[in-house]
Amino acid sequence: MNEILLDRTLLLSMLETMQLIRYHEEKVIAMQAAGQSAGTCTAVGQEASAVGVVSALDKDDLILTNHRSAGHLLARGADPARIYAEVLGKATGYCKGRSGSLHVSVKELGVVLTSTIVGAELSLAAGVGLAMSMRDRNNVVTCFFGDGASCEGSFHESINLAVTWKLPILYVCENNQWQAFVHRKETMPIKHISTWAASHGIEAITVDGNDVEAVYLAARKGIAHIKATGQPYFLETYTYRLRGHYEPDDQGYVDKAELASWQAKDPIERMYAKLGFTANDTDALRKRISMRIDDAWTQAAADPYPPLSDLTSDVYA
Amino acid sequence: MQTITINEAISQAVAEEMRRDPAVMMFGEGVATKRIELLNEFGGKRIRNTPLAEGIIAGAAAGAAAMGMRPVVDMLFVPFMTLAMDEIVNSAGKLRYISGGQFSFPLVAIAMTGTGWTVGAQHNHNLEAWFVHSPGLKVVMPTTAADVKGLLKSAIRDNNPVMFFLEMAFTYETGDVPDGEHIVPLGQARLCREGQDISLISYGKTVSACEAAADQLKEKGISAEVLDLRSLKPVDEEAIVASSRKTGRILVVHEANRMCGMGAEVAAIIMEKAFDALHAPVMRLTSPDVPAPSSYPLELAFTPQADSIVAAASGLLAYPGKR
Repeated sequence: MNEILLDRTLLLSMLETMQLIRYHEEKVIAMQAAGQSAGTCTAVGQEASAVGVVSALDKDDLILTNHRSAGHLLARGADPARIYAEVLGKATGYCKGRSGSLHVSVKELGVVLTSTIVGAELSLAAGVGLAMSMRDRNNVVTCFFGDGASCEGSFHESINLAVTWKLPILYVCENNQWQAFVHRKETMPIKHISTWAASHGIEAITVDGNDVEAVYLAARKGIAHIKATGQPYFLETYTYRLRGHYEPDDQGYVDKAELASWQAKDPIERMYAKLGFTANDTDALRKRISMRIDDAWTQAAADPYPPLSDLTSDVYA
Repeated sequence: MQTITINEAISQAVAEEMRRDPAVMMFGEGVATKRIELLNEFGGKRIRNTPLAEGIIAGAAAGAAAMGMRPVVDMLFVPFMTLAMDEIVNSAGKLRYISGGQFSFPLVAIAMTGTGWTVGAQHNHNLEAWFVHSPGLKVVMPTTAADVKGLLKSAIRDNNPVMFFLEMAFTYETGDVPDGEHIVPLGQARLCREGQDISLISYGKTVSACEAAADQLKEKGISAEVLDLRSLKPVDEEAIVASSRKTGRILVVHEANRMCGMGAEVAAIIMEKAFDALHAPVMRLTSPDVPAPSSYPLELAFTPQADSIVAAASGLLAYPGKR
């Protein structure tokens, strides 16, 4: 798709956010390699899926995500320094340093109940959607998960309940083709998760997950469907995890030709080209974001650790 | 005073809390079918049947609770909760802490267990210690109609996930329940019977066996105290320690099996806080480490009965010491 369908200001903003996410995650990767951070799970290569969907949401819509959450959080406006603080276990993190990188929730931004148990986001989303529908709120609950979570029973249980109870949930399956260290081809007979979803009676489509414009438009369509019919909607963003399961990971198990074919479809490079960025313009944007990321890391690294009294607080309400 | 069954006590508690608080709702397998009076009063939005899928029942409860609802879910039989452990233990139990206190999970999960209906080990398994061992959860196991009603109302009002375990064999047992508002706070044991010579500390079905044992001991001139814990987490340490200091001889009785059961915790509390008052070791009387049997005579053999409690108590009373 080379034709530009969306407003250029929106596209520029989405490109900038995708670049922010890429540099944000690459910084953690570099710091991990340098021994200054624990390992994390990244979603490098999946930025268009996060930004396309989150850009389509209203501010009162809610999001559930998983262990690959940085893109969703940053697209929602989270402060990179506070995410880094969480990665580093600092008191200034969004969860007071209790989450680490794996389960960052930011209630004030509507990113709720982040769980790192693969599939848990799906069962929790049903409850968040239930609360939304009980209150007759005209908003949607977006649930991000992957092809791995789709192999869990909770995938089917959640969609079945959402269809049966008419819950306002936008399911977003980021099919990045990797389930920890195993390619989806080894674990499932089908290519597209939307096939499974559709059998539950939910409207389900698959979109090029590396095309931010296509993802945005598909998400808008899904949200309109939810609001018009009261039924949930299933959007599969077909994409690829360019890095390993976590950092460090030598990706020795990854087919090099397949990896190269997806590197050639890098969603960020595609947008620079589509928007006609010159080399100078590209460098300028990258430099600006890179400085912001470096500053964020420096700030988080200097922030204090939680007091030891935090060890036992917030267990019970 | 009214005389109602335990099953009626559940519906009464839920109905009263639903009238009081619009955030309270109830769902589960057969809830709208079996509690038709609740469905009639509150409608199908707040009283719902669910698919037969424990994971999503518990997950929907956890998600809705975090967003301000107060769901009560019926998980039916305790062993079925193994299919909901992630939602209960990893989500409801941990996400408050993990998120730095951003969420709370005011939900109640009701499930029944115990011998008496000969349903066998996959419907009957006293797993309460698993949940007691999981941070972020509260656990109760009341046995009288009054305690079921009063504790369920407290559990619904509590801002934390409460596992509400019931003896299935007592479902249609009747009991006296005070009229009007009746609340039993979480974390308070019930002193069933005062005594001087030995403490029988229990919860669940074996409380009534302890009371029958106390009757038999009385005929032998022995004064036994009977304490029903009712709440397992928080547990009433004060009541356990007070009774232990009073009698100096303690038998802990429960239907769950011995190793790492609630009795081990009660014994440890006594060792830590009342060691100097003991005249004999704290002893446990529990079921054996076997899956619950189905055959009725084997069920009776599995569960501590009044006779075996009297025998164990007599052994403790004969223990060399300064009695």
